Amino acid sequence: MTRHSVVLAAQSDNPAARSRAIEAIAVAYWRPVYKYVRMKWNIDREDAADFTQDFFTRLLEREFLDSYDSHKGRLRTFLRSCCDRLFMNQTRDSKRLKRGGGSAHFSLDLEEAERELAIAPSSESPEERFEKEWIRNLFTQGLQRLRASCECGGKMIHFELFQRYDLEDADSKPSYTQMAREHGLSVTDVTNYLAFARREFRRCVLDQLREMTATDEEFRCEAQALLGVEVG
Amino acid sequence: MTQLSDSVVARLRTEMQVPDLEGTRYRIVRHLARGGMGSIWLAEDTVLKRRVALKVLDLVAPADDFGARLLQEARILAGLEHRGIVPVHDAGTLADGRAFYCMKYVEGQTLAQHIAAKNIQEKLRLLERIAEPVDFAHAHGVIHRDLKPENIMIGAFGEVLVMDWGLAKVGAPGLRSAENEISTLVLLTPNPSRVTGQGTVLGTPGYMSPEQARGVTTQLDRRADIFSLGAILAFMLTGSVRGEALAVKGNVPRPLRAICEKAMAADPNARYQSAGEMTDDIECYLNGAPVLAYSEGLLERARRIYARHRTAIVLVAAYLLMRVLFILLSRR
Repeated sequence: MTRHSVVLAAQSDNPAARSRAIEAIAVAYWRPVYKYVRMKWNIDREDAADFTQDFFTRLLEREFLDSYDSHKGRLRTFLRSCCDRLFMNQTRDSKRLKRGGGSAHFSLDLEEAERELAIAPSSESPEERFEKEWIRNLFTQGLQRLRASCECGGKMIHFELFQRYDLEDADSKPSYTQMAREHGLSVTDVTNYLAFARREFRRCVLDQLREMTATDEEFRCEAQALLGVEVG
Repeated sequence: MTQLSDSVVARLRTEMQVPDLEGTRYRIVRHLARGGMGSIWLAEDTVLKRRVALKVLDLVAPADDFGARLLQEARILAGLEHRGIVPVHDAGTLADGRAFYCMKYVEGQTLAQHIAAKNIQEKLRLLERIAEPVDFAHAHGVIHRDLKPENIMIGAFGEVLVMDWGLAKVGAPGLRSAENEISTLVLLTPNPSRVTGQGTVLGTPGYMSPEQARGVTTQLDRRADIFSLGAILAFMLTGSVRGEALAVKGNVPRPLRAICEKAMAADPNARYQSAGEMTDDIECYLNGAPVLAYSEGLLERARRIYARHRTAIVLVAAYLLMRVLFILLSRR
């Protein structure tokens, strides 16, 4: 197998590779997990943070991932069901949220997560929020990859235009002409640079997704879920 | 890096689907439909200044996978020049590596929309026109494998088009001569064994033959499409999927019910062996002749003959009656 998959690395016997892989999974999934438990069980932020730390610590200790079989389902569905199971077990054993004991292995920006949670639509289910957070993290990491790739390739202007035009909310979006004037470019250049950045962004997101899935089949399935939205 | 807002994520998610047409002669107009592997887009051919439909895969696929399947679909369509099959203009790979092909843009209605206000005769005539390109494809060794009402379009001028040949298979075994089969394979698919998956269930439940539902794709032949045509006819006559509605609804004439049942027989050998054979039977029904699929009783036969030759029978009867009356009156 030539593909690099953090899921496979997280199941490996090499402790260093496993640790790095779990770290990557934690980066991608802590927000979905944190917001999911906050919404689903209505627990306070400290308990949710402890639960999230505990969850990923257990992942590191091989508690869940060894039983994950990519042929039976998607990783994100599996992790969400692990969340449910862990929460139920902790509630049943009356030692809920104690295991983390305040020792933080993973860096969680709770302030920002709370701000985002405050503006989330109230009609949304915890499962929908989990999926949205999963996509948001995928895009955020794809964006980091795009930035790194543009920096390496001396194409930061492409990234800046992309950031300015595609990552702004619709009402504060500048026009192509305005951006061309600001950067001393022609409108055609702006169009071409943006087309390049969008193409690269798509590639970066799909590369990130490929890494976060165990098999080509799971990747294809997740890509369909990501891209298979109705276009207006 | 700042977290992206929900609205930005939603926009990026939509934009990621838009094909990158740089370096091509096409310009996206709008999204038309989604399929399992990709989307269909309305585009403008900037050279010929006409509207076309682009079928684009979602992902950059390995050469022997979906990309090859899309190319195969384009080649199959290009090889089937028939007024009932949407013509392909172009095929290739986009700047981002995704495979695409360009075809005629058909504006119109799906079969389900179109038949809403049609009577039985009109529906049967329509089925004959659907079967015509299917029969043509079969004659060229191609089976569609996903015939269903959603894949039949009726154009603005009443033209009937069989769409979405994405699951089509070339070189249907068993019912064609080996010589023709090989030439078709060479023409349409340079390396068919790599493209056609074995044992994979492809198709749509309700319109899929039992052998197709079992996943025996390598043994499928054109009779799988005959089954689907039968299911489409049943849908047109009853408004429901599959034949169970036929037994319930009493307003479908028995010979037509029998035609559907024969087309949808579980055993392929018990079905019509070609689309032409099926339409011949429909034509017989339309002309008031006995249909192959149905053994009628004496009374039904008399009723059918009366319906078919009503004018002649009435004239002869009137003539005979007059003769009898004349004889009776002349004896007095």
